[in-house]
Amino acid sequence: MATTTTTVPSAGPVAGSRSFLSRLRDGDEIARLITFLFAASVVLVTLLLVFELWQGSVLARHKFGFDFFLTKVWDPVFDQFGALPFIYGTMVTSVVALLIAIPLGIGAAIFLAELAPQKISDTLQFFIDLLAAVPSVIYGLLGVFIVIPLMREYIQPALKTTFGFLPFFQGPVYGMGFLTAGIVLAIMIIPYIISVSREILLSVPRDQREAALALGATRWESTWKVVVPFARTGILGSVFLALARAVGETMAVTMVIGNAPTISASLFSPGDSIASVIANQFTEATGDLYLQSLIELGLVLFLLTFILNGLARLLILVTTQRGSGTGLA
Amino acid sequence: MNSRLRWRKFVSNFMLTMTGICAVVAVSVLFFILGYLVYHGGTSINWNFFTKLPTPVGETGGGMANAIVGSAKLLLLASLIGVPIGFFGAIYLSEFSGGTVAFIVRYAADLLNGVPSIVIGIFAYDFVVLPFKHFSTFAGGFALGLMMIPITLRSTEGFLHAVPRELREGAMALGASKSRTIATVIVPAAYRGILTAMLLAFARVAGETAPLLFTSFGNRFWSPGWNQPTAALPEMIFRYALAPYEDWHRQAWAAGLVLLGLILVVNIIARGILARGNAVPRS
Repeated sequence: MATTTTTVPSAGPVAGSRSFLSRLRDGDEIARLITFLFAASVVLVTLLLVFELWQGSVLARHKFGFDFFLTKVWDPVFDQFGALPFIYGTMVTSVVALLIAIPLGIGAAIFLAELAPQKISDTLQFFIDLLAAVPSVIYGLLGVFIVIPLMREYIQPALKTTFGFLPFFQGPVYGMGFLTAGIVLAIMIIPYIISVSREILLSVPRDQREAALALGATRWESTWKVVVPFARTGILGSVFLALARAVGETMAVTMVIGNAPTISASLFSPGDSIASVIANQFTEATGDLYLQSLIELGLVLFLLTFILNGLARLLILVTTQRGSGTGLA
Repeated sequence: MNSRLRWRKFVSNFMLTMTGICAVVAVSVLFFILGYLVYHGGTSINWNFFTKLPTPVGETGGGMANAIVGSAKLLLLASLIGVPIGFFGAIYLSEFSGGTVAFIVRYAADLLNGVPSIVIGIFAYDFVVLPFKHFSTFAGGFALGLMMIPITLRSTEGFLHAVPRELREGAMALGASKSRTIATVIVPAAYRGILTAMLLAFARVAGETAPLLFTSFGNRFWSPGWNQPTAALPEMIFRYALAPYEDWHRQAWAAGLVLLGLILVVNIIARGILARGNAVPRS
């Protein structure tokens, strides 16, 4: 690269390069320093964030230790705080969301990447991108006024009569609860699954498809038995990405989950997720231990999304790099 | 045609149709949301919504003028934090650095991007609200600004990287210093992309509610200066939707329509800027 000599760190004049002083006069060193400060502030802020979460929850971590995750009592009056109901709520709503969003999202991605003509695919992708931009409070608004009544009047009673023998669909019907939160979450994460999976599928080399078709496979067989397995790792990455979104999602869930720290097999039951309990109780938290327990929940949320996002990035990277190669899997 | 082949063809057509249905269902959600908001919000929106303060509980009427101004102030602050850090940080990443430092900065930015917005709120509360001892516009703007940083940084960097090397070399061959090259050649060449990156980051934080709950908190009156709790549109939607008053629900729909309209328009403009030509000139 022709510019290498000037990008060497300014330890001193490099042979064949301009001297430190002349670069300083040109403003290069100043520009370098200023932009470095801005870049470094990103690292600084991130470190501060982790530090504050860790430091802010020190009391709760010492008092409850690992039992914090295994206790189901959340009682601000007696200063007893256990995170189990919220971890359960986050898990259940995310699983429901994934069960709905994965087939729909991957199906749509297959259509966009394999079937639809370029123009239609791009147009639909444009709408999907807009959908991903809709803020979560809007989903919450629609959840409160459309999904909850719909669930209470039609869907939940119907589920109860058809699948009432399963423990998931028993108990009183409120409209809000785990199932409703899961459905709203599913609608919110579908765009992420579609966008990433579509990119992944598009990166699968053409010869893979052509080889399958040439062997007599139908269009669907070539897609399902060749292209999708080839992209499997990356699609899994998109699912992890969506899961990280679902786990961290706050407003929409808070508005429809019902806000009660319960652990119940019934999906009709109102519940609470990690994010929703923080949103609801943070400003009301009186007493250090209460506030610190909520901050510890924030720390848990941070670590969860950190791990899920890391996994997702890794999986997506692995697939796209393999796909952009010569096509030899 | 034997029956086995017919069956396989049937499965193929059936499944492919199903994927089409999935795509149509996914996209129709957007139009459903839009339609519903226009229907409910459109009938509730009026001049008062933009000019009046919220009325006391029990009285109908009033508007969200304070929340609109509050949102504008919050977003201004957020942009003042997010845009420069994102922009200059990206220039450092793309033009000055390589290797370890760049890796760490990128990693930190990606990490920050993945942090749930409610956790950003906790951080802003610890970092700004506690030292100042009260909720403020400043704290809310800080939280939103933090969220803007990684989005502007990473996409701006991407667009700067896409500027062809010949342009840089051309400028340098003419004797321009590196900083001059950046200011007069590279950034102008990538300006469409950079503008898009900023607009998308702006649209992303404009609808954020969770980080505002315990930073700017909310306010039913005007919020003078920068050091008072303030109302914001998304936060008002949240409170009004959950309140038991019919008139507040009506206003929540109106606020939802205004907010979504703003976000979608900014998104479409941003994508339009990119689509009008190449983000960066091709070499």
